[in-house]
Amino acid sequence: MNFVAPDFLPALPELFLLAMTCVVLMVDVYLDPARRQVTYWLSQGALLGALLLTVLGAGGAATTTFDGHFVRDLLGDILKAGVYLVIAAVFLYSRDYLKERELFKGEFYMLGLFGVLGMMVMISAHSFLTVYLGLELLSLSLYALVAFNRDSAVSSEAAMKYFVLGALASGMLLYGTSMVYGATGSVDIATVGEAVARQGGQNLVLVFGLVFLVVGLAFKLGAVPFHMWLPDVYQGAPTPVTLYISSAPKLAAYALVMRVLVEGMPALFGDWQQMLWVLAVLSILLGNVVAIAQVNIKRMLAYSTISHVGFLLLGVLAGTPAGYAAAMFYALTYTLMVAGAFGILLVLSQTGFEVENIQDLKGLNDRSPWLAFLMLLVMMSMAGIPFLVGFYAKLAVLQAIIEIGQVGLAVFAVVLSVIGAFYYLRVVKFIYFDEPEQNVPLQPSLDTQVVLSANGLLILLLGLYPTALMALCLNAIQGL
Amino acid sequence: MLSALPLLSLVIWVPILGGAAVLFVGDDNPVKARRLALVVAIATFILSLPLFSEFDTTTAKMQFQEFAPWIPLFHVNYHLGVDGFSVPLILLTTFTTVLVVIAGWEVIQYRVAQYMAAFLIMEGLMIGVFAALDAILFYVFFEAMLIPMFLVIGIWGGPRRVYATIKFFLYTFFGSVFMLVALLYMYFQSGSFSILEFHKLPLGLTEQILIFLAFMGAFAVKVPMWPVHTWLPDAHTEAPTGGSVILAAITLKIGGYGFVRFSLPITPDASAALDWLIIAMSLIAVVYIGLVALVQQDMKKLIAYSSIAHMGFVTLGFFIIFDIVRQTGSANGAVMGIEGGMVQMISHGFISGALFLCVGVLYDRMHSRMIKDYGGVVNTMPVFAAFMVLFAMANSGLPGTSGFVGEFMVILASFKAGFWIAFLAALTLILGAAYTLWLVKRVVFGAVGNQHVAELSDLNRREFVVLGALALVVLLLGVWPDPLVSVMHASVDNLVQHLTVSKL
Repeated sequence: MNFVAPDFLPALPELFLLAMTCVVLMVDVYLDPARRQVTYWLSQGALLGALLLTVLGAGGAATTTFDGHFVRDLLGDILKAGVYLVIAAVFLYSRDYLKERELFKGEFYMLGLFGVLGMMVMISAHSFLTVYLGLELLSLSLYALVAFNRDSAVSSEAAMKYFVLGALASGMLLYGTSMVYGATGSVDIATVGEAVARQGGQNLVLVFGLVFLVVGLAFKLGAVPFHMWLPDVYQGAPTPVTLYISSAPKLAAYALVMRVLVEGMPALFGDWQQMLWVLAVLSILLGNVVAIAQVNIKRMLAYSTISHVGFLLLGVLAGTPAGYAAAMFYALTYTLMVAGAFGILLVLSQTGFEVENIQDLKGLNDRSPWLAFLMLLVMMSMAGIPFLVGFYAKLAVLQAIIEIGQVGLAVFAVVLSVIGAFYYLRVVKFIYFDEPEQNVPLQPSLDTQVVLSANGLLILLLGLYPTALMALCLNAIQGL
Repeated sequence: MLSALPLLSLVIWVPILGGAAVLFVGDDNPVKARRLALVVAIATFILSLPLFSEFDTTTAKMQFQEFAPWIPLFHVNYHLGVDGFSVPLILLTTFTTVLVVIAGWEVIQYRVAQYMAAFLIMEGLMIGVFAALDAILFYVFFEAMLIPMFLVIGIWGGPRRVYATIKFFLYTFFGSVFMLVALLYMYFQSGSFSILEFHKLPLGLTEQILIFLAFMGAFAVKVPMWPVHTWLPDAHTEAPTGGSVILAAITLKIGGYGFVRFSLPITPDASAALDWLIIAMSLIAVVYIGLVALVQQDMKKLIAYSSIAHMGFVTLGFFIIFDIVRQTGSANGAVMGIEGGMVQMISHGFISGALFLCVGVLYDRMHSRMIKDYGGVVNTMPVFAAFMVLFAMANSGLPGTSGFVGEFMVILASFKAGFWIAFLAALTLILGAAYTLWLVKRVVFGAVGNQHVAELSDLNRREFVVLGALALVVLLLGVWPDPLVSVMHASVDNLVQHLTVSKL
């Protein structure tokens, strides 16, 4: 049997990041704790390098390598670029927080970078095996990250829950994969797609496998009824890790849905559309309604995530290029918003004070009008109020589902988004209408301030001019 | 030269960017912030004047049009333009904002820059609502307006402000989301988001009725019509004076404007089929809410209820036209109904704004809105009393004031539609006079009520300027409404022509 070296070029960013992560790991081992800053900058450098490599390699037709297990296309490039940027922001926002709590350790960056690698593999996966590899790399990094503050019982409990449920979901996914393999004789997504098209919905084993695949995906996305881990993990994890989990992995999860369902099972569209329909409706309903009852802001944002995932699924279940592009736009802008939200919470959590409850935001306008304004932008954007990007994300999704004639579903979604507006308004209420309970001055470092401002203003600017990003998403979908 | 300028864009974006500039001046520099806000507000008002002076009153076509692609993927365009319906409302907005800025001059001490900026940004957004000819652009302005108003009520409002402002936000948001679905639906029917295209779009009766109801959700809440009016007394009462003025003078008008811009021309057959519903709701507003206003103890609440009753006249004027055409077979009376509604909107903008400012003047001195805390104000504040009596008279529709013109036109038109409609509508002349004049009697006249009233000082120069300007306009429109009517005449004619042709 001849061994032909695969074409490594399409996977260059992944290989670079892997190498850099190992460098970070090695350097960190020999580093004096006082100079931990080096690890931080090396990690940022790794992300920047990967970004450059991805951007330089972007364009052109989709190329597969490693015997079709790995694909590089525009969809992947955009999502990866999104992941790097968001994770770079995550590292920046959490730096001061970690320092103050003596959690500023190399492991955070090392695990974070491995997580990024996992996401990249997920995004570029072109076979069920690669999907699983990427997913497990990400998940294992996340389990460890959640338990990162090992002295915290809450964190350990959250990590345990996450691990047990996550392992179960991975098992589901694997089981589904094995069913699909049994029915089609392949794990390659392109081959499976063809085989499924030949057999159609007649093959019960295939539909059976599909159910397990969807369950696994729904778990990773956090769609109802597979959402139980989400609020506990969000609340239990240290806030920087919550920021991590809530942002970039959603991009990877979106990619996963696109690869597995849209590319892998297009012929079973009718089947998975129904499943996604149920998941989306339940997620929007439960996420928005239960979020109202939350006192803890991280839990509230967890339920808000669930409802946003529901909206994202609405775009996917439309089954049109416009719908997929809308979902992609939704995923990208959602990570932008959630990064801003947790970024502000991290700034507020300075010097021995932990933002836990919504009440802790009281009087933010009196403490820092600029941060208050940024949080206002984020909250209103999440509520879907125009001139902010969240509105266009919702608009695009609604447009897609009205186009396929699901007007009733659109009405349901908008009514629930009105209900959802309430808890975002409540956050604004605490920020603007209440007196501050404490007056510790807020002094985020300059780079945090700049990036946080850019993050908030981007929400506004993309709201004023969403065309470019929207066109990019549409192009990416057409390149599939 | 003027026509070369993108006037509409200027009147929209000058206040919004000006508001952002005021924000950057910051709350630490209240004097600078106030001055800058006033400059921006006056500049916007001056910029808006050519819209009126250069307006071609002979045509119903959209004027001062601007067009640029905005989100080409969705076929959403930045398309602005005004006709006879929108020009008066835009001027009302720019004029009122100047007054609101002056009225808040020394009254607002907390976070001055944010206060001024909120009103300026809101001004730009409201003008955007009136000028947008693209449905998504309209919706965007319509919704974005909620954020500054939410903050204004919540930050500078009264004791129950949080409840009031969240209620306000959710009510209006809930109403408008159905409109969004309707707009998207029509986009897939027509392939465009242009409002003018929607006017021509043929739709079946069932579709029309559903779309009509979706629009009604948005606009009836905004107007507000009975029974979805309950947010208004709360919001008006708890808002700071400036907020009440803007709410009463302009945001309510957006509901009325929505009916003539969207509901009537896009769904004429559904409007004709369901006109009884709107007429019934309007008459209930006129009569029942009039009675409710009568028993209010709180001055602001009373004026708020009076606003609902007066806005009932507006919707009545807009929707009796179908009855008129059915009864008389001619469209002449119909024109009068719509024109009456429009005049009523403009006039009510000035009068209710003025009344809220009057209450604001008293509140700044006594920190009470309760009628029972006053009495005999005329003894210590004679100049103020003169203004208050004038505006009260205007509110009850005294001939010679602008309040008379609109009500008279609508009542006249409704006689052509049927005696009983006209009879019930005309009850407002009695009810309106009863609750306003009784209010004046208890607050302004009589013996000095208590020690605090005895210590009141009369209007200062700033307050005099604000109320004087409004008094001038109210009287001017009362004796000479022709400029206002002639601006809108061609557009109203055109709308009535459009409505007489069924889309089915």
